[in-house]
Amino acid sequence: MSESVDSSETSAEDNRRGFLARLSLILSGVIGAAITLPGVGFVLAPVFSREPRVWHRLGKVDSFEVGKTVSVEFQNASVRKWAGVTALTGAWLRRVSDEEFIAFSINCRHLGCPVNWIEDASLFMCPCHGGVYYSDGEVAAGPPPEPLARYEVRVRKGYVEIETSPVPLTTNDQV
Amino acid sequence: MMIAEIWKWIDDRSGFSDVVKPMLEHIVPSDARWWYVFGSATLCAFIVQVLSGIALAMVYVPGGDAAYESLKYITNDATFGYMVRGMHYYGATAMVMLAVIHMTQVFLHASYKFPREMNWMSGVVLLFVVLGMAFTGQLLRWDANGVWSVMVAGEMAGRVPFIGAYIAHFILGGETVGGSTLSRFFAIHVFILPGLIFAGIGLHMWLILRHGISEMPKVDQPVEPQTYKENYEARLEKTGVPFWPVAMWRDVLFSALMVGVILLCSLFLGPPTLGPSPDPAYIHANPMPDWYFWWYFAILSMLPPELETYIILGMPVLGFVALFVVPLLSNRGHRAPSKRPWAIGTVVFGATAFVVLTIYGYRKPWSPDFTVKPLPAELVNSNDPHIQKGAELVHQKGCLYCHNIEGYGGFRGPELTYIGDRLDRGELTIRITNGGYNMPSFAASLSAEEMEQIVDFLLTRTEPKPEVAK
Repeated sequence: MSESVDSSETSAEDNRRGFLARLSLILSGVIGAAITLPGVGFVLAPVFSREPRVWHRLGKVDSFEVGKTVSVEFQNASVRKWAGVTALTGAWLRRVSDEEFIAFSINCRHLGCPVNWIEDASLFMCPCHGGVYYSDGEVAAGPPPEPLARYEVRVRKGYVEIETSPVPLTTNDQV
Repeated sequence: MMIAEIWKWIDDRSGFSDVVKPMLEHIVPSDARWWYVFGSATLCAFIVQVLSGIALAMVYVPGGDAAYESLKYITNDATFGYMVRGMHYYGATAMVMLAVIHMTQVFLHASYKFPREMNWMSGVVLLFVVLGMAFTGQLLRWDANGVWSVMVAGEMAGRVPFIGAYIAHFILGGETVGGSTLSRFFAIHVFILPGLIFAGIGLHMWLILRHGISEMPKVDQPVEPQTYKENYEARLEKTGVPFWPVAMWRDVLFSALMVGVILLCSLFLGPPTLGPSPDPAYIHANPMPDWYFWWYFAILSMLPPELETYIILGMPVLGFVALFVVPLLSNRGHRAPSKRPWAIGTVVFGATAFVVLTIYGYRKPWSPDFTVKPLPAELVNSNDPHIQKGAELVHQKGCLYCHNIEGYGGFRGPELTYIGDRLDRGELTIRITNGGYNMPSFAASLSAEEMEQIVDFLLTRTEPKPEVAK
């Protein structure tokens, strides 16, 4: 008789403890989520947001010589007020004919280093790991898996304009 | 009297004599001599990093617009700024080096075996976090090199299957390098990774106290998990010495020497020079990592493109896993290096590969050598204007960026010093016109006349005939 009273008391106490343990764990989880989730969302936001594409004027059409490839600078896609010079990005711009322009990204498609245009050899060369591209951006030698990326470029009211875009990543750049 | 009273109160309430002192005085094997100083020296280098890092953070401005200027101020104008930056740089070098030496010693002596498996595993995690600190720290310099290194980091992350671009955008804080990027690296470098290091060191030290410092390996003492702890305790009781003060002096002396070296280097060599300003539109940057990553730079340059993604992503992961599981693969048996030829072989191979690749990565311009000078007249050694023009074109058209002629030019392609002995006119023309393995085709950018001038010049590059004895 006394034994059964004891065991029922023990099991009631066990239940109580089990409940309190579960309650503490669940509440801790809630506290943890409440503290971290806003911060996680804040930090991850730039990963999912897309910057609007903007056209930037590079200069008057006549300031570019037909057949020449020159480096140009413009404000990049993720511009912040406090970015300073790092708000800028560069491109290689070539005036192909009177009305036609091509703009290449300066980022090597191998690992993103800045490619140089070598006028005499008609080649883009990367200083990091020896990537070389022909004048049309196709890979000529070295490790780059893809041709140089291009920017959209247009002529409006006598000015050459270029459209901002994200850094061209070698793979997976279509997210 | 008063001071003694105060100390008694502090000691009673804090428990120094009850808790901390026994830890300091724990018994260690008496043969734990100079081999054992590297771990504590790594810790000491970390302390150098924390203190000099806090000092730098009081002046450094982690914003894309101001970081470079604040670094220039620290280096050129701030009182002791030059030295503090130097200490942080050489402290980082010391920490990476000592962590690797410490790990090599532990591996050679098989101290990772039972019951110290977790000591080793926590150490491997710490090593990778330290390398992460070294990499993010390099970016905080925020000169042209730093900015381009961010780009390289983003590109590497971008190669992760499926979610690569998300990771890259997370690292960049947006779609391009800009205002948000540096702030992210700063937060990672001063909050996240140091937090991990503190926690890791705490665990690492706790495990040392829990399992004791390993003895020097002896051939007649292979590790048997069933009996190891008992025997270890018994030997300690007989021959052990208290860590403080009998064994600790060597650690302190070695750490003092290391701090001395760091101070002297920062005084006389100074911090690394800042490159040009971090303008991402500045295309003449030549990004190069700090020296402890040169070996990796060399590997990346030598790989066939189709293997590259696997190596870039796989090597750090495989390296981590391979090191992490070492004690799980073997946690018993011999500890003496003389009984473990494979362990010695691994260390010798690893060290040789590291040294050779580092030297290669530093010396060999893997990339085009943009700074090459035109060939001097005495080297061209011809009065023929046709040949002279060919020599000029070899420079102008960029051949010399990759090919070397008697010490002039890069090393990316084969040396051309005696190319005239190896290839004839037709072969040379075909190579230059079509390009070939890793060489661009020059068909579109050379006129027939220019091609002839270049080929004729190259045909004059022959080995001088041995003089006939009179």
